[in-house]
Parts: sequence; C-alpha cells; structure tokens
Amino acid sequence: MRQMMKGNEAIAEAAVQAGCRYFFGYPITPQNEIPEYMSARLPEVGGAFLQAESEVSAINMVFGAASTGARVMTSSSSPGISLKQEGISYIVGAELPCVIVNMVRGGPGLGSIQPAQSDYYQATRGGGHGDYRMIVYAPASIQEAVELTQKAFDSADRYRNPVMILGDGCIGQMMEPVSMPEYKKPDDLGEKTWAATGYHPGCGRERNIINSLYIEPDRCEQHNLDLQAKYDAMKEREVMAKEEMAEDADIIVVAYGTTARIALTAVRKAREQGIKAGLIRPITVWPFPEKEIAAAAQRCKAFLTVEMSLGQMVDDVRLAVNGCRPVEFFGRTGGMIPGVSEIYDRILKIKEGL
Amino acid sequence: MAEYKKPDSLILPLASYCPGCTHGIIHRLVAEAIDELGIADHTIGIAPVGCAVFAYNYFNVDMLQAAHGRAPAVATGAKRANPGNIVFTYQGDGDLASIGAAEIVHAAARGENITVIFVNNAIYGMTGGQMAPTSLIGQKTTTSPLGRSVERNGNPIRVSEMLSSLTGPAYIERVSVHDVKHIIAAGKAIKKAFRNQVEGKGFSLVEVLSTCSTNWGMTPMEALKWLEENMIPYYPLGVYKEV
Amino acid sequence: MTEQLIIAGFGGQGVLLIGQLLAYSGMLMEKEVSWLPSYGPEMRGGSANCHVVISDEAVGSPKVEEATVVIAMNYPSMKLFERSLVPGGLLLYNSSLIEEKPSRSDIRAIAVPCNDIAKEVGNARTANMAMLGAFIGATGMFTEDVLVEALRHKLGASKEKFIPVNRAAIAAGMTAAKAFE
Repeated sequence: MRQMMKGNEAIAEAAVQAGCRYFFGYPITPQNEIPEYMSARLPEVGGAFLQAESEVSAINMVFGAASTGARVMTSSSSPGISLKQEGISYIVGAELPCVIVNMVRGGPGLGSIQPAQSDYYQATRGGGHGDYRMIVYAPASIQEAVELTQKAFDSADRYRNPVMILGDGCIGQMMEPVSMPEYKKPDDLGEKTWAATGYHPGCGRERNIINSLYIEPDRCEQHNLDLQAKYDAMKEREVMAKEEMAEDADIIVVAYGTTARIALTAVRKAREQGIKAGLIRPITVWPFPEKEIAAAAQRCKAFLTVEMSLGQMVDDVRLAVNGCRPVEFFGRTGGMIPGVSEIYDRILKIKEGL
Repeated sequence: MAEYKKPDSLILPLASYCPGCTHGIIHRLVAEAIDELGIADHTIGIAPVGCAVFAYNYFNVDMLQAAHGRAPAVATGAKRANPGNIVFTYQGDGDLASIGAAEIVHAAARGENITVIFVNNAIYGMTGGQMAPTSLIGQKTTTSPLGRSVERNGNPIRVSEMLSSLTGPAYIERVSVHDVKHIIAAGKAIKKAFRNQVEGKGFSLVEVLSTCSTNWGMTPMEALKWLEENMIPYYPLGVYKEV
Repeated sequence: MTEQLIIAGFGGQGVLLIGQLLAYSGMLMEKEVSWLPSYGPEMRGGSANCHVVISDEAVGSPKVEEATVVIAMNYPSMKLFERSLVPGGLLLYNSSLIEEKPSRSDIRAIAVPCNDIAKEVGNARTANMAMLGAFIGATGMFTEDVLVEALRHKLGASKEKFIPVNRAAIAAGMTAAKAFE
C-alpha cells in the first residue's frame, strides 16, 4: 500500500525495518525529521536513540554501537558531516558497518539550508583522512531512498564498511507516495563473529579488538591493501545506474539525485522537440558507473553534466569519457536548484553546436 | 598472606610503557578489579589515544580503540547497544581533559552507566612531553619551555572538581599511586567504580595521579616524589562525589 | 496530464496542508505525485509555500517553475506567484483577504472568499478547506469524497468530529468556484 511520506521520515522508518536499532545524531537542518522520528520510534522496537553533544560524539557513539555488532545509523547535513569525518575514517579503519545519511545543503561553511550537491567530492573520495572509499547511494525519489536505505545496511554488513546515503534538502523535505518494502536479510550475511560482545578463555573465539591502529608501516600497508580489495569488490559488484532514453541519444545528460529528476523533465522536453537527448543517472556515485558512461560515449555525440554544485561529479564523467566526447557542465549552487528550462537551454545549445 | 600473582584480566608484558611508568600499576589495579568482580566475560574496554593506546593489548577482554578524546562517546554507543556489558574507558589527561573535554562532560552529565579511569600525569606522554591541560603552573614541557604560565596558558583543569559539579555522576574520586598505601586506596576506588556500574549506579570516574618520569626528565623515584610534592597540593585526593 | 501547483500564503493558513491533501488525493487517484515544502529563510518571515506535482507519469522535477495552478491565500503570495503561471493557467485567490485583482489577463482567475465561507460554515479554521473545494470545483480533478478521504487520513480517527464542518467548507468552496464563472 502506498502512503505519503516525507523523505527524512521514510528513510528513518526504512532503517528501522532493516533492523537498525540504534541512532545517534545532532540537530541540523534539513535532516531533523530523522532524529525526531527515531527518538519516538526506536524505543518502540527495543532500541535506543540518543541526541549527542555534537556530531563528533554522535559518530563515535555509532563506532561504539557498531562494535557490538548492532545495526546503527547517524544522519546529518553538510557542516555536521564534515565534523563526522574523523569518526568515519576510524570506522573505515576499524572495519565497522554503519549507515550515514547526508542531506546535503549549501556550503562552504554555514552555507545555506537549501538543497545542494556540493559534498560530492567529500562523499566519494573518502571525506576523512586516509586512503578509503565507501559505497554512496544517491536516491532520486523517496521510494528509492527507502529501498537504498535498506540495501545500505546489508552492504555495510557485507563489506564491514560504512555506507552513505547522499540526499539533499529536497529529498529530505519532500513527500511522495511510498510502499515500504518488506525487509528480508540476505542469506550471505552471517553472524558478526568479529563483534566485541564479551570474551573469556574457552568462549570459542579469540579476543575481539576493534582497532584502526597498525603502528608498523608494513602492517598498515597490508591493512590498506586488504581494504583496497574490498573497494575493488564494491566496484565490481555494487555499481548502480539508470538510463532513460540514452540508447539512441545524441546528447546524454548525467545527473544524480534531485538534479536527475529535473534533468529528466528537461530531457523529455527536448525529446518532444525532436532532440535526441537521454539521461544517465548514477545511483551509486561511488562506485561510479564509469563503464556505463564509457559505453555511452561510443554511441552519443556529447555529454552534459548537471549538478547542484559548480562541478564535482563532472570530473568522474570526464574520466569515464576519457576525452572521446565533449563533456559540458551546468550547475547551480549554494542552495539554488537548477530549473528545467535552464537545463533544456543547455541541451539546445549543445544540439546547435553538433 | 595473599599470593602475588598476575591478574587473569591482564596480559603481560606491558611492552609499550617506559621503565618506571605508573601505567603498569594502574593497569594491574583495573585488571584486579575486573577479576575480583568476575565480570571479565562481559567487559568491553575502550583504549584512548596517548601512551595507553595499546591498552587493547593488555586487558584480556574485548577491546575497542577510540579516536583521541572520543572514548566516552564510543563507550556510550557500546553501552547503549548492549547495556548488559560492563564498559570502561582508560584515558589520559590530554585525551580526556583537552580534546575529549566535551565527550567526558556530557557522558558525565547524562550519568552514562560507564566506568572511566582517568590517568593524570600532567603531560602528553606519547607525543613527546608537550603541555597538557593538567600541566602545573611553572611546569616545563616541550611546548612550554619557559614553564606553564597563567598569562599564556591559563590555569590547569581540575577534572574531578569540575565534573563533580554536575548532577549526573554517581561517583568521582581522585587517588594517587605514588606509594603502597595510596596504591591500595586507588585499587579500592577503581573496584568501586566498576562495582557501581554492575549495580547500575551510573557514571563513575577515578582520577589517578600518575607519573611520567621520561617526559618529566626524572628518575622514577624522583618522579614519585615530584607527584607527591607538586601534584597532590594542586589536585587534592579524596572523594568528590558519591551518591 | 501533469498539473504543477504552487500553494502559498501566511504561516498558519494551512498552506502546507492544502498541498499535502492535494498530493494525497492525487495518490488516491493512482497518480504520481510529489509535495515539496519551502523550508528556507522565507519561513521565518511568516510566509509558507509548497509545490505539488500531480502527473500520469513519474514526477520529474518536484520544483514547480511553470505552474498550471497557483493557489494564493494572501496578497503577497498572489503578487509573487501569479507570474509563475503558464498562459491559460488557473489562479485561485482568497478574495476574503485579497482586495486587488490579478494583474494578468491571460489566465483563468477565480476569486474564492475563503475566510467568509469558513465563517459561514461556523469554523474559521476551514478557510483552507474552502479553497480546496474551490480547486475541485474549478478543475474537477477529483471528487469531494476523495478529498475527504485524504483529510480523514491526515486528521486521524481522533478528529473524525471535524469532518462534517470541513466537508461543508469544501462544498461551499466548490459552489463558489462554479458560481464565479
């Protein structure tokens, strides 16, 4: 049955459905409905919600709860996610699973509270210190946000790595019809034998130490190589993208999240005018659908990347296209949402230049 | 006469500490408390950043290693997710009183049912003897070469006094390990701090005055004397909070 | 079919609720819908608006740039959003609070005395329901019953007693819209 849900609340409920029992967060617009929802909901299911003293503490509480093997989540928006980066780096280093939601707002600094996509680099390059990556899901609808949130918990457990849901103020604040999927835990996810649950000699396992310190550099290098093997597996298995009218398109728009919806409207408008436009929408922005874009580059004549930033994902598009087609860029930033007509005008301009 | 043996909850050798370092004594007291209360099989320890960063190698329980200062937040997460576990942090003065000031204050204010062992030796040890928030006025360190001054650096923080002003904590005591008598008293305090958690009493912190002969530039014996003569007058021993 | 709506007014006029009920009604009609509230600094100034898209196909942009319908509950909102209407678009404005006439002549404008209707039905808080009634009267996009079902869902069982007065306001709004043209 479909029900109207706000993005933030839908994500929170989807997390609960996926077995998330612990949430640690700190208020910041435009994601406040997530902690608010969790504060009422988690006690109902025998879990716990705690409003931390800071985003730094919240992510470290996530570290602690994840260490016990629990499914745990935190959410924030851009400035708060910056604060969480220290903890995220430690969580990666200690190989702990968790889900982090970023409802991106305009930056830098305090920026604005309106939707933005200017945290793309931070999300996809490993925003904290060290050589790391995480799966980053970028939902474009509330229904997709719900499905990806549940998948995020599975992916986090599968790779013992944090997973990020990269939304924006629009995804968080918007209401759309949602069918809450019935969650089923994948069969391959076994017991978390690595978790710190209490040890005594003869308990059937070694002492569990949750740690990101490898003081000897050769061991630290090996640890990084082991992590890299996980990232390679993610690249191999976890890429998600959706193509719309891209098969025969001359001009392919690449956009993710909210921007992709606006771009889709512009693409439809272009098609109505007889322009062969299409859309490739990365659903995972890391790992990035580079093969899909490289393949499209063999068919189409030009790309247009559209973002709510001044150009971040466009770097990944250019790397994938590898110089064999022109890649144009259009972006609005600071909380301004690109308009359908603005994007359509760019498509038209590219068409004229072909 | 009691047999002097290694506590089961302690793993030797404590290879990363300098000769004469009082961390060894404090580790032993913590391990004895865990043994005596019979809680090792459900105890989770949190190691800090600082000289005790390798504490996860020395306590024979499941261990987490936290980012600098964040141990009380990590402990909070672990305890909330699994309230049946006994969760303790072991933190130094730079970790707890400087970079982790917010985390310890709020864990204490919430009355989080955890045990905190706060080792105060008035200096940053691991990084090589820099000034700590608890360094004494006049104390020379690698970042206060002329000695700590009130004008430049402000006064040292008395953590036990500060936290005892909060309603949240159940138990706060400052102890020392500069001689046998005080070591015995410290052991009792640490055991009480763990027993409180077992009994669900709430946040318990024991501040242990400790030495750092290496970075203080003294012999271990000189360091014990310096602690007694200089630290105790500024950091008086005693129970600051008990409910 | 894709209807793009902007609903705007003072905070407290139930502007966000109008949008939610329109979106919910659309969903009940098996349409694809989205509801996007303003949550920016303008909220601090006491004004509120939301964008609603009701469509036969998956909603693209949830942000409305070229509105097919604008609902203005006060004058600043009419002044601001009248220009967002496509030629031939529908403007419903609360004539209880707006004395001025719309400036555009290439649109279909309907004056709805929402607050007066609310007073007549006996509950001053039903002005937004009168406007919703006018919307279905003017567009025929869905029936009164669908709207009431959406309202029931929104209010919850404990507020069932408010349904009759809201229904009366909806009916009066429908009549007012039909009488205007």
